[in-house]
Amino acid sequence: MVNRLRLFWFPSPWLSLLLFVAWLMLNNSAAPGHLVLGALLAIAIPRLTARLGDPQPTMKRPVLAIRYVLRVLGDIIRDNFRVALLIMGPNQRLQPAFVALPLELHEPLPLTILAGTISLTPGTVSVEISDDKLWLYIHTLHLDDEAELIAHIKGRYEAALKEIFEC
Amino acid sequence: MSFTVELIICALVLLGGLFALLGSIGVLKMSDFYTRLHAPTLAATVGMGSLLIASIIAFTVREQRLSAHELLITLFVMITAPVTAHMLAKVALHQRQQSVANTRNKALTEKIRKRLPPE
Repeated sequence: MVNRLRLFWFPSPWLSLLLFVAWLMLNNSAAPGHLVLGALLAIAIPRLTARLGDPQPTMKRPVLAIRYVLRVLGDIIRDNFRVALLIMGPNQRLQPAFVALPLELHEPLPLTILAGTISLTPGTVSVEISDDKLWLYIHTLHLDDEAELIAHIKGRYEAALKEIFEC
Repeated sequence: MSFTVELIICALVLLGGLFALLGSIGVLKMSDFYTRLHAPTLAATVGMGSLLIASIIAFTVREQRLSAHELLITLFVMITAPVTAHMLAKVALHQRQQSVANTRNKALTEKIRKRLPPE
């Protein structure tokens, strides 16, 4: 019963929360009027759009998700300084490369987050995914060791996403 | 606004400006389209991030109330920047843009363009 009520009012609770917070941020205010309007939007929009999207795996471990975000932020800052030095150095010293990354994640949402993470960390950009969704192609600005890069991405990001979405 | 707060804001604004500049120089300096794709990430992450943190601190202190809508900009950029990079790379592959001569695994480009597995 509780579960059915939840599904009726909040088909995707994380989307509702995001919309609510985004509304308050857009108005840069937490006045009662905005709280009410935000809550209405957070209930109405996911209900109206629920049937448009494909079903996606939901986040099972939100605490791990927060840890993942902090870890990615830390990596982004560290890689920024590394890549800034690479860019300022002589071009001939760079070793750009295309790398094929074997995937264990196959669901669209976690895959998108993984590809986004790779693109957001300076020095690597996700270029394409193979049609069978088994390989993610990335381009890297400077490659020292291909196996090491693949192990780094799989261990640090893909494994964490697998845990968060339990898929 | 106290001197310490102003100092922190100045440092953040300068850091943001520096990374935006480095990103732009990178776009100019890199030798092929694919390596050029990496330079703007500097401006979109730490460059923009420190400017927005500076803005949050400045307006929160000046107006004595939490100003957090800068975080929304961060969210939107975090969602759109990877998509842009992906689309640009895809278009470059389809137009058969040549990658710089010392690129490793150049043979993969045809496979990537056709979205085939590497073997």
